[in-house]
Amino acid sequence: MTTRRDFLVLACGFAAGTAHASPDTMQEAIGKVTGGKPVTRGKVRLDVPPLIENGNSVVLSVSVDSPMTVAEHVKAVHLFAPENPLPNMVSVYLGPRSGRARFTTRVRVADSQTLLALAQLSDGSFWSDSVSVVVTLAACTEEVK
Amino acid sequence: MARAIVNVPARARRGQIIEIKALIGHVMETGFRRTDIGAPIPRDIIRLFVCSYNGEEIFRADFYPAVAANPLIEFTTIATESGKLEFKWTGDNLFSASESAAIAVE
Repeated sequence: MTTRRDFLVLACGFAAGTAHASPDTMQEAIGKVTGGKPVTRGKVRLDVPPLIENGNSVVLSVSVDSPMTVAEHVKAVHLFAPENPLPNMVSVYLGPRSGRARFTTRVRVADSQTLLALAQLSDGSFWSDSVSVVVTLAACTEEVK
Repeated sequence: MARAIVNVPARARRGQIIEIKALIGHVMETGFRRTDIGAPIPRDIIRLFVCSYNGEEIFRADFYPAVAANPLIEFTTIATESGKLEFKWTGDNLFSASESAAIAVE
């Protein structure tokens, strides 16, 4: 049986052409950032509400546990959404002049999924955090009149 | 010309970590949507945001279609010296906008 939700998801998919990024494109996007280096869970904190009413604008902030000195700082933070049409969401580049490894922005979330924040430290290591979110109104591909 | 709003504290102590907010009016059209007759709507997004402090880059962000309309970004920097913070957004269709704010450091 086709439920209303299934139908809407399908309808969205058709409208989009590409409904969401495949696991391959997600791995590719992460690989492009890490260059195949291992990613450890920890140090990063991804703050996003677990229940999103409107996927078109979701306040999201990332902070990384780092002293942010010249010797030891966060170089970049990348955000990924595997179920968005394009897995990359935003990438920010920080440095010792940032003072604190923290930023906030607003993003679109296409569907219920697990968002991933990936931080690159000055010593070359990669750390991550992921948060599962449930989206009631997806930032999908609604038609424009 | 897009409307941009930046929020930088007017004065700060040397070495203090200050919060910066930068907001710009932009549709951030994803390129994944279609009209009601099925024609694809071309992508129109801001791709790059750069903030520099007295000419030196302190923060940079790459935007993708997943960034919501009217992109807002909040970040921090260390107040090192009095001067000017410059904000620049660039994107599709030769989009370019800039804004600046002065800061007094004592």
